[in-house]
Amino acid sequence: MAVRKLAPEDMQPESFVLSPETEAFADKEIAKYPPGRQASAVIALLTKAQEQAGGWLPRKAIEAVAAKLGMPVIRVMEVATFYTMFNLEPVGKYFIQFCGTTPCVLRGAGDIKKVLEKRIGEQNHVTADGTFSWLEVECLGACCNAPMVQINDDYYEDLTPENFEKLLDDLAAGRPVTTGSQIGRNRSEPHEAVNTLQDPSLYDGSQIGAWRKRFEEQAQPASTGEPAAAAASLPQQAKAAKPEAGRATESDAADTPAKRAKEGEAPIKAEERKEAADASKATAVDPAAGKDNKSS
Amino acid sequence: MAKIIVDGVEVDVPAEYTLLQAAEAAGAEIPRFCFHERLSIAGNCRMCLVEVKGAPKPVASCAWGVRDCRPGPNGEPPEISTKSPTVKKAREGVMEFLLINHPLDCPICDQGGQCDLQDQAMAYGVDTSRFHENKRAVTDKYLGPLVRTSMNRCIHCTRCVRFTAEVAGVPDLGAIWRGEDMEITSYLEKALGSELQANVADLCPVGALTHKPEAFHFRPWELTKTDSVDVMDAVGSSIRVDSRGREVMRILPRVNEAVNEEWITDKTRQIVDGLRLQRLDRPFVRENGRLRPASWQEAFAAIAAKVKGTDPKRIGAIVGDLAAVEEMYALKLLMASLGVSNIDARQDGTVLSPAYGRGSYLFNTTIAGIEDADAILIVGSNPRIEASLVNVRIRKRWRMAPPPIALIGEQADLTYPYDYLGAGPETLAELVAGRHSFIEKLRSAERPLIIVGQGALSRPDGLAVLSTVAQLARDVGAVKDGWNGFSVLHTAASRVGALDLGLVPGEWGLDARSMAQGGVDVLFNLGADEIDIAPGAFVIYQGTHGDRGAHRADVILPGATYTEKSGTYVNTEGRVQMANRAAFAPGEAREDWAILRALSDVLGHRLPFDSLNALRAQLYAAHPHFAAIETVQPADGLAAVQTLSGIGGSLGREAFVSPVKDFYLTNPIARASGVMAECSALARELKLEAAE
Repeated sequence: MAVRKLAPEDMQPESFVLSPETEAFADKEIAKYPPGRQASAVIALLTKAQEQAGGWLPRKAIEAVAAKLGMPVIRVMEVATFYTMFNLEPVGKYFIQFCGTTPCVLRGAGDIKKVLEKRIGEQNHVTADGTFSWLEVECLGACCNAPMVQINDDYYEDLTPENFEKLLDDLAAGRPVTTGSQIGRNRSEPHEAVNTLQDPSLYDGSQIGAWRKRFEEQAQPASTGEPAAAAASLPQQAKAAKPEAGRATESDAADTPAKRAKEGEAPIKAEERKEAADASKATAVDPAAGKDNKSS
Repeated sequence: MAKIIVDGVEVDVPAEYTLLQAAEAAGAEIPRFCFHERLSIAGNCRMCLVEVKGAPKPVASCAWGVRDCRPGPNGEPPEISTKSPTVKKAREGVMEFLLINHPLDCPICDQGGQCDLQDQAMAYGVDTSRFHENKRAVTDKYLGPLVRTSMNRCIHCTRCVRFTAEVAGVPDLGAIWRGEDMEITSYLEKALGSELQANVADLCPVGALTHKPEAFHFRPWELTKTDSVDVMDAVGSSIRVDSRGREVMRILPRVNEAVNEEWITDKTRQIVDGLRLQRLDRPFVRENGRLRPASWQEAFAAIAAKVKGTDPKRIGAIVGDLAAVEEMYALKLLMASLGVSNIDARQDGTVLSPAYGRGSYLFNTTIAGIEDADAILIVGSNPRIEASLVNVRIRKRWRMAPPPIALIGEQADLTYPYDYLGAGPETLAELVAGRHSFIEKLRSAERPLIIVGQGALSRPDGLAVLSTVAQLARDVGAVKDGWNGFSVLHTAASRVGALDLGLVPGEWGLDARSMAQGGVDVLFNLGADEIDIAPGAFVIYQGTHGDRGAHRADVILPGATYTEKSGTYVNTEGRVQMANRAAFAPGEAREDWAILRALSDVLGHRLPFDSLNALRAQLYAAHPHFAAIETVQPADGLAAVQTLSGIGGSLGREAFVSPVKDFYLTNPIARASGVMAECSALARELKLEAAE
């Protein structure tokens, strides 16, 4: 929730008197409740007072409503500060409530916000000429025609940066504007072609039991090939980090005596035997030979 | 009655009880922040969660009635659990949420040591926070000179809001904004306009609202607690005086259903600084027109020299508003032994007197009895400033189901609506003559209550007014078996005790006003500061503060205030209550009965007691009802009303005016208090603003 505060003293009007029209409205509202329960009309009266004061509630208006209803001012203040629909600071002649909730954002409210920031500036700031101010609010319930804004009492939907700029230009210039959809959509009907409820199969009886049938079909294992693909995506053999680690593997790579014996050959080749007998290449120390070696 | 099983214990409680009350009846303790016995149920802190058998989740026991519980499948009584693991876990969750935004500033918080949140966190708190966001920060609010705020600590229990709206009847506080941003404030941070506002700091379960005058002065565990009784008005609220060493640090209310429930006025609570400022701490003797400090011997010698050469007919004694029964009794005996019959405890000039019977000057209905009245007429009183807690009772009665309430006297905001009948005795006469429509309401009421204040009685035609009111009471059947609706509202704490003792002029004796206007040559003034004493007489002032009485004194004897002595006080209902010593009087000041005892010795008429106990033994022998502490000895109302209505007299024409001009400055202690001065200035300002 945006930080809200009372308008500073210099913005507050000197006085506020309920107009005859507001008074009449107030009396009508108060009459709806049993005698002594006139405080129930507080929201209606505050709304009307806000309307009279130009879209926001000056302090004096809150006091006037309290006096009208015979309530302590703090009780009216509690209501006025609780509901974000009561503006406690001045707003522009056109007060734009911009919807920033998920569906609108998915449909491009971000661009609309950029337009607002570019043309009007920060939230809660009235333009120098007093025409515009804006505020980001939560869902206003026109998601089907997102993105949308509420300007004073009307909704403007299906906005694009272009048509929104134009809308603001028109408002600023005082030209008439269309409320509702800005792309010619009729209320919340589909935009391009009206297809809803026009499929002939809806009316020939073929849809009876179709949903159940489809459900039962889908309940079987689908032959999408996905399980196979999933299986194929697995590595053929589980690979250990080091292939031979901890495993006795047999390999053909080496020519070993064991292999030769297995294959029926002489385990030790004649030349190897001769090489091994060569004392000059021996690693073992033969004391006698050593002496010889040293002496020679 | 409904049966309910609490933790396996079956109890039988009224069906309208809440689960919390039922659990307490069964001996289970339920933690709570927002719930308070004397306020409406808010149910917003969720600390009192309990498990109800069959309910899908824990329920807030403060807001769930016993009659709302379903019985078991075979008609077993409903069962709740206050100690199950689910309950503990739920409360721990609540506590964790409460602590998310609560600052960890217990070491610098005045509530430390007397904080509900601290105490309950010991049982349900966790040692670390899982919250890694920033804590909420809230600007502190200005709520006047008595309540200090530290709004970061607020847990939004709304007890303060409910108290000001419901009990005090001055809906100044509210909760603005919402959700996490919710803030408790008064409208535009105006000071609170109630004479009971400091109670909100008592109610605050955390340190968000604390008492401003005593901020950072002490820790609660350093204080010695003394049960006592308040003397700021004639209600006699039960208080607890907390002292450290010789200094009284604060005054708190004590629960007393019969008198003050658990509220006290701001004056009762915050005159603490007045107890140490402007004090008379040594005797003074006037020499060559100037007061000079003296010893007790010098002071007594000066008095003895004067008294011995004076005819007892030219000696008088007046008693002020704060005197306890003990010293008044000692003074009475001393004056009797001197042969003085000029003695009067009615410095405001009220016409009440024990001559017409005890029932003629008591608030016979009793304060708790107001709740049974079904029509109320207030004559010549503004109970809101004369006896705020009586006004709270009337408002409580009005909130239960509004009875017809009417006022003759000064028109003022009493926090409840009333029919304004008129300003003075003429309206009263019309009412008695049956020419006013309100008489029908009084007549048709089963238990009509007529409150007559000192504004109607302390005037030349006071006796005629009292008689007329008594006639009215008799005519409308206000005094009958089981109901006495004839009630006199006093403003001075000492008054009823003095009238019980018979401190009124004897035969040919002069009353307070005649004495003060030069009827006597030697005047003994026991703490009477609300009366102007004409030049001429030799005045002995025995009191506590350098106030009006001390300025006009020739000899000053420094006494003890109600927190520095053990003293009996009788409140406007006739309830005998005992104030106890919480600290010692400053300097050479002594307890008042002891001063009179010592003086009697010097005057050669030694009083027959050497200790307070001996004095009391004598007092109780002479006036047995003073021994029955905390009780009201009912008076014979019918006889009193008969006697009074027989007096007659002609009524004057001036309007009734309340004797209390400034609620905050009614006695020397309050006038010495800086806090009371500030409150008084602010109240004047608020009054001017309201008048605009």
